[in-house]
Amino acid sequence: MIGALNKKLVRDMWHIKGQILAIVMVMACGITTFIMSFGVLDSLTLSRDVYYDRYQFADVFAQLKRAPDGIKQQVMDIPGISAIETRVVFGVTVQVDGMAEPASGKLISVPDGRQPLLNNLYLSRGRMLLPDEDDAILCSEAFAIAHNFMLGDQISMIINGHKRTLKIVGIVLSPEYVYSLGPGAMFPDDKRFGVFWMSRRLLEAAVDMDGAFNDISIRVARAANVEDIKRDLDIVLKPYGGLISYARKEQMSNWFVQNELDQLWVMGIFAPIIFLSVSAFLINVVMTRQVTTQREQIGMLKAVGYRNGEISTHYLKMVLLIVVLGGILGVGSGIWLGMGMTNMYTQFFHFPILKFSFSVPVMIFSVLFSSVSAVIGTLIAIRKAAKLPPAEAMRPETPVYFRRSLLEMMGLEKFFSHLTRIVIRHVERRPIRTLLSTIGIGLSMSILIFAFFMEDSINYMMAVQFDMAQREDVSLGFVEPRNMSVLEEIRLMPGVMSVEPQRSVAVFLKSDHYSKRASIMGLSPMPDLHRILDKNLHALPIPEHGLALSSKLADLLHLKKGDIVTVEVLEDRRPILNIKVVEIIEDFIGLSAFMNREELNMLLNEGAVITGVSLMVDPLWNGPLFQKIKEIPAIISMNILKKVREVFQELMGENILKMVMINTVFASLISFGVIYNTARIALSERGRELASLRVLGLTKGEVAYILFGEMAVIILMAIPAGLFIGYLMVLGMAQSMDTELFRVPVIIEKSTYGLSVIIVVVSSVLSFYLVWRQVENIDLVSAQKGVE
Amino acid sequence: MTQNNGLGENITFRTEGLTKNYSSGETVIHALRGVTVSIPKGDLVVLLGPSGSGKSTFLNIIGGLDSPTSGEVYFNKDKLSDYSEQQLTAFRRHNVGFVFQAYNLVPSLTAYENVELVTDIAANPIQPEEALAAVHLGDRARHFPSQLSGGEQQRVAIARAIAKRPEVLLCDEPTGALDSETGIVVLKALQDVNKKFGTTTIIITHNAAIADMADRVIYFGDGQVVDVKVNENPCPPEEISW
Ligand SMILES: Nc1ncnc2c1ncn2[C@@H]1O[C@H](COP(=O)(O)OP(=O)(O)OP(=O)(O)O)[C@@H](O)[C@H]1O
Ligand SMILES: [Mg+2]
Repeated sequence: MIGALNKKLVRDMWHIKGQILAIVMVMACGITTFIMSFGVLDSLTLSRDVYYDRYQFADVFAQLKRAPDGIKQQVMDIPGISAIETRVVFGVTVQVDGMAEPASGKLISVPDGRQPLLNNLYLSRGRMLLPDEDDAILCSEAFAIAHNFMLGDQISMIINGHKRTLKIVGIVLSPEYVYSLGPGAMFPDDKRFGVFWMSRRLLEAAVDMDGAFNDISIRVARAANVEDIKRDLDIVLKPYGGLISYARKEQMSNWFVQNELDQLWVMGIFAPIIFLSVSAFLINVVMTRQVTTQREQIGMLKAVGYRNGEISTHYLKMVLLIVVLGGILGVGSGIWLGMGMTNMYTQFFHFPILKFSFSVPVMIFSVLFSSVSAVIGTLIAIRKAAKLPPAEAMRPETPVYFRRSLLEMMGLEKFFSHLTRIVIRHVERRPIRTLLSTIGIGLSMSILIFAFFMEDSINYMMAVQFDMAQREDVSLGFVEPRNMSVLEEIRLMPGVMSVEPQRSVAVFLKSDHYSKRASIMGLSPMPDLHRILDKNLHALPIPEHGLALSSKLADLLHLKKGDIVTVEVLEDRRPILNIKVVEIIEDFIGLSAFMNREELNMLLNEGAVITGVSLMVDPLWNGPLFQKIKEIPAIISMNILKKVREVFQELMGENILKMVMINTVFASLISFGVIYNTARIALSERGRELASLRVLGLTKGEVAYILFGEMAVIILMAIPAGLFIGYLMVLGMAQSMDTELFRVPVIIEKSTYGLSVIIVVVSSVLSFYLVWRQVENIDLVSAQKGVE
Repeated sequence: MTQNNGLGENITFRTEGLTKNYSSGETVIHALRGVTVSIPKGDLVVLLGPSGSGKSTFLNIIGGLDSPTSGEVYFNKDKLSDYSEQQLTAFRRHNVGFVFQAYNLVPSLTAYENVELVTDIAANPIQPEEALAAVHLGDRARHFPSQLSGGEQQRVAIARAIAKRPEVLLCDEPTGALDSETGIVVLKALQDVNKKFGTTTIIITHNAAIADMADRVIYFGDGQVVDVKVNENPCPPEEISW
């Protein structure tokens, strides 16, 4: 049975449908962002954990120059190690038909006739390698997809100076390459970097590593101390050119994944909390208002024998309906957007399966979060009404007690007209609600600023990185250090306009008990292509002596200008040097250290050798140049900066734009929701009063002035508050996103502030218009009757 | 709970030294200053008295809408003034039909639905359409309060009050807003219910003429009962000279 009370419920809700819609939207936004962010976070975490676990992702990794397989036993003897796998890993250049430039590749050995003990491969298509098969390889799925490779396709690569043509028999994924970054690359580029697996026997033969290995992965026993194992391992591997070993958390792919998860967490918490709080506030205000308006009806219901419980239930049903509507909408769109976003992550992260998994607790929490405060607020309002004896409740509420406003007490009233005084008194009458409305609008504005800021910041970062710091067109990396004389050869290559040499060396930086693996890049004294910048983005000369550190690296090592840092070189003789930090430089990506190349050569006790070059080239000659580079076995990596930028823009730009869109739409909805509701409630509270004023002869304009004056005051207060909160949020965000990978520059364009203000103002105007139409329709007669 | 407190079988309400004070700020208003009165079962009682004399306050207290400051109220055999809030609610729900001075209809419900509001929770109600027909509003069942005149709204309120077949019917100025003809219709309806179901009916009014149709008239003045008149020969409403 429907019952008269339920009919009343439906009609009452229909009567305030605009407000309910606004709340439902805001609430849905909160639930959506919540489910989306945490769903994605959950999905990524779960996929990662399951993947690592099932595919035996190793705990400790080390690279070395070359060690005989016989030392395996020595490693096994280190306490706490439960499994090891040795491998041959080799960098290659891949030639892909139809792509002008070469791609870099990594060739990894697979034990003959079996899966590796650690870092198992997930076979996506085809088959694993057969024990006595020649010229067969497995190709990483990302690379295969980027180039549309089919099983059986041939692929050419230069391995150790020899060109080999190999057949793809399987397409695989590895837990080591969830995020795959090519040598010298800043962002993943599946077209220009691929990973391949080849049988150990074949690879050993191809790179002269018979009976030897240059890479080791270790599984650590549950209770063992990773740091101890690393130390022992380094001792065992040192004679064989072992580089400092590293744990899983420093493994590049895993480190990027973890970084992204951390950022998601931060982003996932900000917006939803704001959305949900605002919607809770709105429901609370609207329900309180609803109950207050219906005080006399509540009194009557009590008088005819309805129990307090029945009456509370009646109003709670309204809250529940709002919550259910918002919940359904929010959960639906949260799943939808979450799936889209998870899909987006498959562009960065290569998991065997990455499906959006929405967790029920997350949903329940988000829905509960938004309903609990609404329910409590409603109950408080109902209690207030229900506590009154019905006889009293049925009497209209005694006129509100008005005070002289603050301004009047300060004796400033003579500066205000009568109407303005009414406005001011209303603003002051409910200070808490005024404050909360101000905060609500301010918060929505801060979300807008935050959303637009992301774009500002990325644009800025890109401009600094590519237009000011790395201005080269192409950078090349060599397999091994080469004599400076190669510069002449390179200069003669087609289209090359200028060349800058670089000497890059892997090092382990230490200061007190702080340490960090990094690389030092030796540059010419006054580089023109690959430059370093100071805080004001002015190009700095490379210091004659000493190190220039990126400020993040300096922070991590607790170093400042003038300090001495211990540099353990991870190459050849592995000298340990003490070098003075002479400059702190500004950069937003990665961790870098720079010094004068000649000094670096000297410190390394080597001749004038370089490991790479930066080139400025004539784009007209790209074809022949790339062709030439492909043929040079000594070149292990090539990055075309324009392509890097494109790839970045494609990946990040597009996705960030989507996020900006979502946030903009949501934030606009919030500000609209808050403003509309506040205006609508002002109207319902004062409809009778305003109608009386109209009867007394005030014009519609004057009535509107009183009604919207209050709103305008709130909005005028909210705008600076919003700008300020937005700025704080950006600061907080920048701080929490300040990682070794990225520093987020706090750049907020004026247009960002401007646009946020405009959106709030437009929402206000729109809400005013909607409420104004209701003012115009105030029926002077029925308003006097008190029928709202 | 109190047992029989000397209330005869045929007495519906009895009050003993009933007082009600309202304190608003500094001043205390003595709305009732010791009302002792009995209302026999099945009587149609009219309360008369000047404005502010405490009629509504009295009616609200015996109807369980408000509690007295001191004194006792008995309903049948029970001491109403000792009832808990839940008991009062049940009392109103099952025994009392109210017609309020300000109608108190739900604006978002039609006339029919306003009556339904009460029949939904009553134990043995009559059909809403029947109740509306009794006040000659059968054809306005689907109208909202805002589409009804004051008198029509008042009649909806009466239909709502009688629909649950209450044991007592308490009406606060049911004809205050009505012209004489409609007033008679309303009074007739009240009398019908009173006669047909033996419903004890108490009507507050400012119209002394209405007293002619009452079995009993209680005169209020300054928070006290100043006089009680028993009318041996109540006349039918049609004959009341308005
Ligand atoms: N809630 C209240 N607070 C303060 N005073 C009250 C309250 N309710 C009633 N009064 C006062 O109690 C006195 C009696 O009021 P009551 O409503 O019972 O009078 P009445 O006889 O019904 O008058 P009327 O014929 O005008 O309806 C009045 O002086 C009134 O102002
Ligand atoms: Mg009265």
